[in-house]
Amino acid sequence: MSQPSRDSLAIKVKGLSKAFGRTGVLRNLDLEVPWGEFLAIFGANGSGKTTLIRTLASLTRPDSGQIDVAGLSSRREGEKIRTIIGVVTHNILLYEELTVYENLKFYGRMFALKDVDQRINDAVGQMGLSHRMHQRVRILSHGMQKRLSIARALLHHPSILLLDEPESGLDQEALGLLQKAIGITKGSLRAVLMTTHNVEYGLSMADRVAIIADGKIVHKESKETLDVAGFRNTYLHFTGSAL
Amino acid sequence: MIRNFLGPIWAIAWKDILLEIRTKEIVTPVVVFAILVVVIFNFAIEPTPQMVAAVAPGILWVAFTFAGILGLNRTFSLEKDKGSLDGLMLCPVSRDTIYFGKVLGSYLFMLAVEAIMLPVFAVLFNLSLFLPEVILVAATATLGFAAVGTVFSAMAANTRSREIMLPVLFFPIALPVVIAAVEGTAGTLRGDGWSEIGRWVQLIGVFDVIFLVVSGFAFHFALEE
Amino acid sequence: MTTGIKRTITQEKVVLSSYTNLFLLGVLVLMVFNLYLIFVWVPTDQNLGNVQRVFYFHVPIAWVGFLAFFIVFIASVVYLIRGSEKWDALAYSAAEIGVLFTSLMLLTGILWAKPVWGVWWTWDARLTTTLILWFIYVAYLMLRAYAPRGSQGARYSAILGIIGFIDVPIVYFAVNWWRTLHPEYVVGPAAESGSLETSMLVALLISVVTFTALFSYLLTQRYSLRWAETLIERLHYNRV
Repeated sequence: MSQPSRDSLAIKVKGLSKAFGRTGVLRNLDLEVPWGEFLAIFGANGSGKTTLIRTLASLTRPDSGQIDVAGLSSRREGEKIRTIIGVVTHNILLYEELTVYENLKFYGRMFALKDVDQRINDAVGQMGLSHRMHQRVRILSHGMQKRLSIARALLHHPSILLLDEPESGLDQEALGLLQKAIGITKGSLRAVLMTTHNVEYGLSMADRVAIIADGKIVHKESKETLDVAGFRNTYLHFTGSAL
Repeated sequence: MIRNFLGPIWAIAWKDILLEIRTKEIVTPVVVFAILVVVIFNFAIEPTPQMVAAVAPGILWVAFTFAGILGLNRTFSLEKDKGSLDGLMLCPVSRDTIYFGKVLGSYLFMLAVEAIMLPVFAVLFNLSLFLPEVILVAATATLGFAAVGTVFSAMAANTRSREIMLPVLFFPIALPVVIAAVEGTAGTLRGDGWSEIGRWVQLIGVFDVIFLVVSGFAFHFALEE
Repeated sequence: MTTGIKRTITQEKVVLSSYTNLFLLGVLVLMVFNLYLIFVWVPTDQNLGNVQRVFYFHVPIAWVGFLAFFIVFIASVVYLIRGSEKWDALAYSAAEIGVLFTSLMLLTGILWAKPVWGVWWTWDARLTTTLILWFIYVAYLMLRAYAPRGSQGARYSAILGIIGFIDVPIVYFAVNWWRTLHPEYVVGPAAESGSLETSMLVALLISVVTFTALFSYLLTQRYSLRWAETLIERLHYNRV
């Protein structure tokens, strides 16, 4: 196993289950994301989208099941996994009373990054926040905070991105910036898993789409063969709500 | 290797200090609260000048313990409320790095509170406590508070009625430290020798070491959802 | 999967009904015999009189309390390492019974202390440690009620089960040393009763055996109930 990540999958999930008391959120979920793929997962509220992302990011401990990220086992090699994943969640994961620079500097130190200041400049520039560098996060608008949280997630040039409904709270311009940022880092970035319930956005970004319902992946489809109306019907069939 | 381990620990503690300098949400209110505790005890006990040396250690440590609880409650709810704990957990460091970073931060806050309290106490009770023995006792006992308090405050932050849960978890476990700290301080005021006071400091030291190790292990299981 | 769980529940039930009735019968017989020994057979203590008979309850109850918390500790460690809910169910069941017995222990201790020591309560090392123990495991049950549902709450209580148990000897040392600086004053007929007579020792030992049997019965009952609850929860969220 001298070259672990070449032929193995970027993300491989087997039999993943998680319950909160009587509520089963993930039920025996299987999922594979090969390198080079951008997978968009569609699902209704409460379908397990967020828990899936949080479990992959080692924020939530699964009750059972196996997660391998880049061939690393989440149970034993969580630290290594965290160096190669970038995560955007509903929360901005920033300290409101620290400035943009201080927040990123803190994460830079936690990731033990070299030439932190250069990276901070690049990341902040990419998200169009350069002039906000020394303002406190609290006084930034919601959209700005969201942009900053994306800059934070990309700071260490992760090779796998986990995005939980990134389009929520982002304006059109910021969405473009995110798309560009993903494109720019494509050299190092090799797989993206995104949850969403915005069909236009999801389809515009992804190579492949999937539907999650009741804690399971119930449908998968490649975008080349995709017929949007048919996909909407499939979604309605599994989730009981329109996309 | 050591640097790799200590770097993130210090980064976390420094971030907490920076936040505290900005918001002043911990040290200042906690000091005010601790002084109030002392004032209330003064009226509850009405110590005469002869009694002061006998009751002062107890009053001092009740104030420190309550102040500690208040500060510990803040250190994790601060991370929890804004979801920044998730950000911390996404960093490629082991869970005990986060534990030691938070312990260090809480420890420094509590020491700051105590450093402000000691002169205030000296004025109110006309009794100087700036003695090397007392400082040693306070430094070790406070580390014990931070060691168990950090893991409990991480747990309480996710628990309903967390304001009451933290003291209910913390006080019984921390009792040996409170006893040893009160006796060590009282021994100093009585003029006991190092052998007598050292015994209590040793007890606190044993507590500190055991619970830094055990809580560090337990913390792995406390953080994740 | 669902049928698997149903089958497990049925099997557990079968095991419960056939053995536990016998077990219960045995415990009942033993308890009646034990009561006979304590109240009729064993001679009355010459110094303390009838109140000394509390002792035959107090000591076995104390033993069972400590045993229960030791089980909590072991089950908590195994749960954190293995993650199997069975160990969590065992830890929780033992904690509940342990709190029950520690409460009884404090109560019988108070009944003992008043006539023998002349005070309802004294801050001696054993009493104080027991009181702190009681507080720790009451906190354990509270934590269980208030913590988030699912494995996080179970992990929280396992952590307390471990920290709490390790803390007990340190509490005992601290209170014991503290005690040497603040000697208690005893006004009753004094606690130094010397060595026990053989018949008293026999009664005590049999009482310990009886209470241990009672404890095992309660623990197996509580455990199977708790485990059935867990399985039902699983059924609940594995519904198709």
